Amino acid sequence: MHPQPHIPPADPVSLCPPEALQLRPHSSALKLSPAPWVPVVGLEIHAQISSNSKLFSGSQVQFAAPPNSLVSFFDASLPGTLPVLNRRCVEAAVMTGLALNCSINKKSLFDRKHYFYADLPAGYQITQQRVPIAVNGSLSYSLCIDNKMNQMVTKTVRIKQIQLEQDSGKSLHDDTRSQTLIDLNRAGRLGLFSCFFPFCMCCGEEAAAAVRELQLILQTLGSSQAVMAEGQLRVDANVSVHHPGEPYGVRTEVKNINSIRFLAKAVDYEIQRQIEELENGGTILNETRAFDSKLGCTVPMRDKEGKQDYRFMPEPNLPPLILYDAKSLPANMNHQQVVNIDWIHERLPDLPSVKRAKLVEQYGILPEHSFTLLNEDGLAEFFENVVKQTQMKPKKVIGWIINDLLSHLKQHSLTVKESPVSSFLLADLLNLLVKKDISSTAAKQVLAELWKGEGKTPLEIVKKKKLGLIQDQKELEQICQAVIDRQENEVMAIKSGNQKVLNKLIGLVQRETQGRSSAVVVRQILEKKLSE
Amino acid sequence: MCFQVSAALRDGHVTPTELCQRCLSLIKSTKFLNAYITVAEESALKQAEESEERYRRGQPLGVLDGIPIAVKDNFNTAGIETTCASNMLKGYISPYNATVVQKLLDQGAVLLGKTNLDEFAMGSGSTDGVFGPVRNPWSYSRQYKEKSVPKSHSEDEESNWVITGGSSGGSAAAVSSFTCFAALGSDTGGSTRNPAAHCGVVGLKPTYGLISRHGLIPLVNSMDVPGILTRCVDDAAVVLGSLAGHDPKDSTTIQDNFKPFELPNLTDVSKLSIGIPKEYHAPGLSSEILALWSKAADLFKNAGAKVIEVSLPHTRYSIVCYHVLCTAEVASNMARFDGLEYGHRSDMNKSTESMYAATRREGFNDVVRGRILSGNYFLLKQNYENYFVKAQKVRRLIANDFVKVFGSGVDILLTPTTLSDAAPYTEFIKEDNRTRSAQDDILTQAANMAGLPAINVPTALSERGLPVGLQFIGRSFQEKQLLTVAKWFEKQVKFPMIQLEEVKRHDHGVFQHQKSASFS
Repeated sequence: MHPQPHIPPADPVSLCPPEALQLRPHSSALKLSPAPWVPVVGLEIHAQISSNSKLFSGSQVQFAAPPNSLVSFFDASLPGTLPVLNRRCVEAAVMTGLALNCSINKKSLFDRKHYFYADLPAGYQITQQRVPIAVNGSLSYSLCIDNKMNQMVTKTVRIKQIQLEQDSGKSLHDDTRSQTLIDLNRAGRLGLFSCFFPFCMCCGEEAAAAVRELQLILQTLGSSQAVMAEGQLRVDANVSVHHPGEPYGVRTEVKNINSIRFLAKAVDYEIQRQIEELENGGTILNETRAFDSKLGCTVPMRDKEGKQDYRFMPEPNLPPLILYDAKSLPANMNHQQVVNIDWIHERLPDLPSVKRAKLVEQYGILPEHSFTLLNEDGLAEFFENVVKQTQMKPKKVIGWIINDLLSHLKQHSLTVKESPVSSFLLADLLNLLVKKDISSTAAKQVLAELWKGEGKTPLEIVKKKKLGLIQDQKELEQICQAVIDRQENEVMAIKSGNQKVLNKLIGLVQRETQGRSSAVVVRQILEKKLSE
Repeated sequence: MCFQVSAALRDGHVTPTELCQRCLSLIKSTKFLNAYITVAEESALKQAEESEERYRRGQPLGVLDGIPIAVKDNFNTAGIETTCASNMLKGYISPYNATVVQKLLDQGAVLLGKTNLDEFAMGSGSTDGVFGPVRNPWSYSRQYKEKSVPKSHSEDEESNWVITGGSSGGSAAAVSSFTCFAALGSDTGGSTRNPAAHCGVVGLKPTYGLISRHGLIPLVNSMDVPGILTRCVDDAAVVLGSLAGHDPKDSTTIQDNFKPFELPNLTDVSKLSIGIPKEYHAPGLSSEILALWSKAADLFKNAGAKVIEVSLPHTRYSIVCYHVLCTAEVASNMARFDGLEYGHRSDMNKSTESMYAATRREGFNDVVRGRILSGNYFLLKQNYENYFVKAQKVRRLIANDFVKVFGSGVDILLTPTTLSDAAPYTEFIKEDNRTRSAQDDILTQAANMAGLPAINVPTALSERGLPVGLQFIGRSFQEKQLLTVAKWFEKQVKFPMIQLEEVKRHDHGVFQHQKSASFS
């Protein structure tokens, strides 16, 4: 684990809106005490930025490459090597800063942060402690305040800063041989370190929602794959609890969290642990704790060196990083050598929040559906492609996407890209439904065939399985009549005014036709016959 | 006038291989100077052979093709040990060439070997490296012996030898003793100019940012510059021309294109304004050097130049300020030597931490460890503002002094390079490294603080028969003007040639040829 800079204590008044004070940890395991506890959670996030080469060297970047195969002389800190800033990395940082509503510093500085650790070959990390590339941003995220996904609130958390920094290498401890092996592939990669102001978060779910949103933003920008399990996104949580109106409590730092699900668990556990500790008259130590995902709890980490003094100093080998905008861009400057903030701004893709709003507005779907669409990589595009190719109303299409497509994919652990049913096939199927060639029951049967991925079109399946609606009105009327004749009791009930029973008859007719009849048509026939 | 050997090569009077062999044999016969840590005989001969082939085809790569050179042992050289005169890097073979080394090789220069220095360039005597002190070739000159030997006749001649100054003492001695035609040094506080002055050679510290530091094992990144040691100013200009320019591997090199230049023969200095900074009349300045300095000023005045006294009021804080900034960067730069990736590694294996501690204790000398300790102290959170930041502010004031003086119309500053001529080794080591460095850097250090180009020009012999040099400091990136003035001065003072009786005896013939031994 790498030592982290400490977040300066924040002003509790400005950061805790009054309504947040009403929120209480809703974890069911929490005991309620007379004075409610307010948890405060700050997040420190390291994101590895996707670029073909490292921040300060030309080495390549690749996940799961053989150990120490992507290491330049600089990455291994050979004497006499110097850092050279990678322009692509700077652009990725600016893009991320803009997407997170930060103000971009046109002049930022690099610093050295010193500590001895085996996977930090130079004995210091190049980072941006004094003047980082972006400051004062914000991140809005939404979360459901009940479990049914139909009441969402949107909250905003402030981002203190985003800084460019070198990643360290990786230590692999071989306890049996009491050896530590070092892999420097990661050393020198660009990290973006962002530090979130402590914020009154109601629970781990909220922290998870914030990180999930950040993850989506990074993925949308393409600036990071942001996969936590691969270490592309690392989250440390600072947790404290206090009574409303009182100063913040002593905080602990929770590390070793490697999935969003675990983040929620770790934060909830830590909040609960601190409350219980305090309720029982104990005190909270300012310590670093690790989340044990197997046990589902946080445990104190062995403090190796006591209090660290990182002995920050300016990095003398890197001049200040100067960024330009359209106004300040010197005319005689080689455009290949400068980073233009405005140019990057104009090319920002739609961020998740904008995309969601557009989906809701354009297609009239529910806001929570827009969340579902964006949470799965490629699902929104899939949805839009289906809508484009079918006459079915988007509001109806969304049902098929979420209830049928997505649940099937989830069941089989498939990504949207891996779906055996393409947007084209699904649209084809839905078109049959719209044209009333098949019933929705039949459509589901066709879909079940399509999952097999045998390359048949929906129409072929309909024909082969004879799932088309019975077009012969007389045949349908005969079937209806037969049902009426068999169900005397129901007919009586309907005639005496219980219209609900009609649905049962419709169902029976549909069963009789093996789904090859439209409920609407059947209802018409039945109503007509019953009123005779 | 200079690099005459280059013409000899071109005209076929001497072949690169002959030249290389002569130098190698001189290196052997002057081994007692301890100027070289590593002599790369085999690769040098191979390079000479390749050069010879180019000459044979009539396609030499330029003035430097076939010219034997030496490089201070803190520049990385692929395939040749790079030690920094430290146990930490003893046996370390770098996989890459420093940019400056690569540039020299690309232009056909023949790399003879790596020269001695103070450990990690921390010192001003070239006495504090693990390979022992460098001896000043002038200790063995007829000029010195005639004047100093009589009074110490009874003493062991051994104890009479003088130091080279440092930390690039090996390079200065190598050039001075004719074992190579040019050498690279490094200059952080005077490490090129100081030994150049003591060894009677030209020592150029270019403007910070003009020459790449990539591959130079750093002392103080914000002040280090590769230095050039040659036997005349023209040669320095040639080497500068071959090294200067932007390096994508060093972000602190300037982007502007650098055009190599030839130095004009200045005949008229009447348009020049020479500044004499009064603060360089420092305590401890020998009367001899003071006299020489004012004689030099008169020389300019009599030739029609404007000579005015100027003031650089903050220069006196330069040394104390340097102490803070240097040790802070040293503490940081030395952090990488942990025994894990390369270099010395202690056998201690109780824990990673104990291995680090033992490795660093065994690998570094007291001077290096002392600087690491103070540097870390200055960088502590509680001290940073009071020491590091304050020193940075003073540094700015020092630099601004120069800006003001140059802004007032002064073209070049003329100062002494050292307080006195070279001290005998036995005298020199009576004081510790820190005291010595503080004294010896006093006249050279400010130029590093301000990043300005400066050059030592050998001027005269002292009463003891040892070289004394004067320093010219120029405007940023105005090397051409600086060197032009230096060349004019060099021509006026006619500094005497070293007369190495012993070397001459040992290497009859070789020395004869090298007497005119400059390369252009």
